[in-house]
Amino acid sequence: MSLIIERSSALMSVQDLGRTGYARFGLTESGPMDGWAHRAANRLVGNSPEAACLEIGFTDAVVRLDEDALLTVCGAGYRVKVNQRSVPLWVSFLARKGDRVHLEKVTGGNWVYLSAAGGLDTSEWLGSRSVNPRVGLGRQQVEGDLLPLNSFKPSLSSLAGSILPEKFQPGYQENPVLRAIPGPHTDRFTPESLDVFWHSEYRLTSRSDRMGYRLNGEALDHVSGADLVSQGMVLGEIQVPGDGQPIVMMPDHPTTGGYTCIATVARCDLPLLSQALLGEGRIRFAAIEPPEAQKLLRVAVHRVDTGIQFPEEDWLQW
Amino acid sequence: MKNQPEPFPRLIPVGESALLVELADEIDLSINNQVYALDSWMGEYVVKGVTHWVPGYASIVIHFNPLLTDVSIVQDWFEECWRSCPPVSEREPAQIQIPVRYGGMEGPDLEKVAKMHHISPSEMVRMHTVPVYQVGMMGFTPGFAYLMGLDPGLATPRLANPRTYVPAGSVGIAGSQTGIYPLDSPGGWQLIGRTDVALYDPHHEPHFLFSPGDEVRFVVAEESVVQ
Repeated sequence: MSLIIERSSALMSVQDLGRTGYARFGLTESGPMDGWAHRAANRLVGNSPEAACLEIGFTDAVVRLDEDALLTVCGAGYRVKVNQRSVPLWVSFLARKGDRVHLEKVTGGNWVYLSAAGGLDTSEWLGSRSVNPRVGLGRQQVEGDLLPLNSFKPSLSSLAGSILPEKFQPGYQENPVLRAIPGPHTDRFTPESLDVFWHSEYRLTSRSDRMGYRLNGEALDHVSGADLVSQGMVLGEIQVPGDGQPIVMMPDHPTTGGYTCIATVARCDLPLLSQALLGEGRIRFAAIEPPEAQKLLRVAVHRVDTGIQFPEEDWLQW
Repeated sequence: MKNQPEPFPRLIPVGESALLVELADEIDLSINNQVYALDSWMGEYVVKGVTHWVPGYASIVIHFNPLLTDVSIVQDWFEECWRSCPPVSEREPAQIQIPVRYGGMEGPDLEKVAKMHHISPSEMVRMHTVPVYQVGMMGFTPGFAYLMGLDPGLATPRLANPRTYVPAGSVGIAGSQTGIYPLDSPGGWQLIGRTDVALYDPHHEPHFLFSPGDEVRFVVAEESVVQ
């Protein structure tokens, strides 16, 4: 049982939740650019959150099935058609052997996750199926690839039609305000620059990828240079090198870095950054403290985990 | 862990999922030894919700799952580890020997670097093979070790024009550091030799030759051009 890639998008790779625990050896975690869409995509087809999905980004893609499957597509910036029939995002549906799933790029985001009941059964390295070609772990998908799928229990077919209603979906915007936790190197920036960072607008440049999203705006000044003794880096960390332009660390980020960090994007808002408009999106930051960020994260997880509505007739049958 | 001048250790949250512990803001062998004493001590007393931590030259970044714990609990845990940690690690660091073919095509910058320091190529090799280096931290690419202990007489600036291709196993010098490229990559280090030892293998265990805190020695391989 496989997914057949008939047309690959500019960036297309298998992602599960990534590999934890190897950062001390210099190997980054990887994992989805949009953790909310990934989580919802798995839940809508009855998978556990660790299951591997296909991450599709930036341009059109077409995928064909060689068996019946329960699928969903979650994320932003795409329209989905199965053969000629439109299917909404954030809804699970049954696709038949031979069906073509067309993922057409539109505005409003960059990434979607195609998930199938059972999960993708592709190669695993160091405890994860997440692909990261830069470090010798798999490659981007190309036309003609076959991605093996785990078979799924026929009883799961009853999940077809499950939906995550809009009010529980992330509030994607082209120009998001991102909540972020100040520090850890706040004291390395001039007071004027801190003021600029928290009160001005940054453009999201197109020099952005799965390693980092580069921002452009009024340059930030350091008190005593941008360098520090190299230390571990964290997902969502906003590094400011000597040129004063911030870079946000995304899932394939290097594990260590030697530049000051002005703030860290709250996990709950990281998907909003992932999906913002590359080249044109305007980003603003709002400061919050760790306990609030933690609470927001819990709420966001809860919304995905409990917000899904299952098909009504199944409720009646139960 | 006493006699630390204030304000270290400095504990600062990095987002809602990590805590940065800074022991100093300089690179120093005794500080680095403290990092690894703490690293093994923390391993004995892991608490729920802490997923992993990443040692640096003079820091540790502790990662945790904010759905299971929170920063104040992790902070208390670290402070307890700090108070109770013996000053020297009880763990014996692994000792790893790296046979290197110095000079020739595989160490294209060796002669030039030796000249810059007014020494012969074989004196340069001798100075590079004498120290016991310590893996101060790992990062940059998988398996890459930042080695501490280079003879200051060998410190050399990076290449003005980085190479677009440096083969895996290349041994180089950049500033006051020496290291080995784990993967084929672009690079600006002065290349003095090459080893066949694999530093990173994603397909077979052990995936990484080095661990942070290990001790490393370079030895002259039999086939080395410069002996």
